[in-house]
Amino acid sequence: MSKPRYERPSLVRNVVGRMNKAGLRGGLTPTEAVETLPAERLVAEFGSPLFVFSETRLREHVRRAREALQRRHPDVRLCCSYKTNYLDAVCAIQHDEGSLAEVVSGMEYEKARRLGVPGEEIVFNGPMKTRDELVRAVRENAIVHTDSFDEIFAIEQIAQELGIRPAVGLRVGLDVGVYPRWDRFGFDLANGQAMQAARRIAKGGKLRLGGLHTHIGTYVLEAAAYGRAAAALSNFAGEIERQLGVRPTHLDLGGGWASCNTLAGQYQSGALAPPVETYAEAITTALLASGEGKSPLIRVLVEAGRALVDDAGTLLTSVVSTKRLADGRRAVVVDAGVNVLFTAWWYRLNITPARPVTGIVEDTVVFGPLCMNIDCLRESVQLPDLRPGDVLVVHPVGAYAFTQSMQFIRLRPAVVLLDTQGRAELIRRAETLDDLVGPELLPARLRRAVELADHGQENGNGPAAKNRLKR
Amino acid sequence: MSELAPASVRRLRSLAISDAGFVFDPRTGHSYSANATALCALDALKRDVPSSEIAALLRERFAADDVEVEHDLAEFIRALGEHGLVQSDPGGGSNGSGGN
Repeated sequence: MSKPRYERPSLVRNVVGRMNKAGLRGGLTPTEAVETLPAERLVAEFGSPLFVFSETRLREHVRRAREALQRRHPDVRLCCSYKTNYLDAVCAIQHDEGSLAEVVSGMEYEKARRLGVPGEEIVFNGPMKTRDELVRAVRENAIVHTDSFDEIFAIEQIAQELGIRPAVGLRVGLDVGVYPRWDRFGFDLANGQAMQAARRIAKGGKLRLGGLHTHIGTYVLEAAAYGRAAAALSNFAGEIERQLGVRPTHLDLGGGWASCNTLAGQYQSGALAPPVETYAEAITTALLASGEGKSPLIRVLVEAGRALVDDAGTLLTSVVSTKRLADGRRAVVVDAGVNVLFTAWWYRLNITPARPVTGIVEDTVVFGPLCMNIDCLRESVQLPDLRPGDVLVVHPVGAYAFTQSMQFIRLRPAVVLLDTQGRAELIRRAETLDDLVGPELLPARLRRAVELADHGQENGNGPAAKNRLKR
Repeated sequence: MSELAPASVRRLRSLAISDAGFVFDPRTGHSYSANATALCALDALKRDVPSSEIAALLRERFAADDVEVEHDLAEFIRALGEHGLVQSDPGGGSNGSGGN
């Protein structure tokens, strides 16, 4: 008979009156695999930490949202929100599913064009668009939503110079009861700015009126708010048509649909967020009931990002060390911190071990590897007694985690895509020091110190550093 | 002889410990959950077994491979001190290396 597995001796005080809101827990279920591939094997092959994206799950979410909208409205297009996750493979999958590109900077615009997305299938939002970016977008017939009168004036000038009359839309600021209200973007509807902007575009003689866009917030759990936004935008489109004699080309309801993630201060689990069908129902019902119920219906765009992408991303991270804090709490240090999981500051990410565990599960603080006190992934999560090298599975991390990751103290890890056949493909290698220092230029007067340092250390970094200095 | 002070051994002997890992301290009313290795170590500490022998006992009863049982045991005894179940010795550590 084999011996029982050794666990670190552990004595945990039982505390009453602090039961989990979901009741007593029956133990901790490990997440042994991402899709069909064992998490520990992925780490052994590609290193740790490691982002893992599921193509199957991403496609499922996009198709489900698309079908939910198109079943209820004949002319709806989903847009791939680049800022949510602009890894080429993640965007390419969404484009393959028929999504337009929604970008908020020239860099994102360029990324979309690199992926073969034509200008007329790019929605260009955001509060800052440089003159060069606007020239390109206008020339390529991109779907531009202006954010300010200055932007409208700039496009008028560009149009005049180019001898064209491009279609230009506007972002409309709405108060639909979502807190905090985003009033920094676009033109407010209630105070008349939005109508002034529409009039300027439609009647200024240099531009044509494009679509109306709004974006009421982020992680909005109240689907009905989208119904109110859709009704307001639709009514505004009708008012424009009555007053200015032109009909907006589309209504863009933006994004902000909640994902399956859970906000840090949220009582209810993110798994109970409204399904995409609820958002789709709210939007389309409001549109069909409003003035836009008449035929032909205006095209509708939706830029849901996190609701489609978040669930498809997982981060695998390894335990570096374990310790007891001064107050007796158990703590673990793992090799991925807020440098790659910026989202840990507002999400209560699920963290589970990648192997079955026995023994006592305890509230544990999960710290990242940064030499910064703020580098904490979870203040309290139920985990078993872990050992250095144990793999933990962090989910969901598909939205914003990678795009907001930073080269702070540590370099960014590799990213793997699990294709629909269950095979793992590297879609972004782990960064090297050259990725960090490549853009740097060292003034000649400071070079000697580096050369001396190179001479003194025979560790292979010397030649690379000298090559850089020769440039 | 264990490295624990006699008062600490007496304190541990006053605990009610079930085979399932439920530990009750009648002096404070506190209860604890102990895993299998902790039960084994507690039992040995109550019998005044030296730390080095407890580590050997743990290796004998459990598949410990190359893990640092001695280190884990010292941590465990320190945790007992934090719970007030053995006498803490901030100077030398509650595992008695300071000569309790």
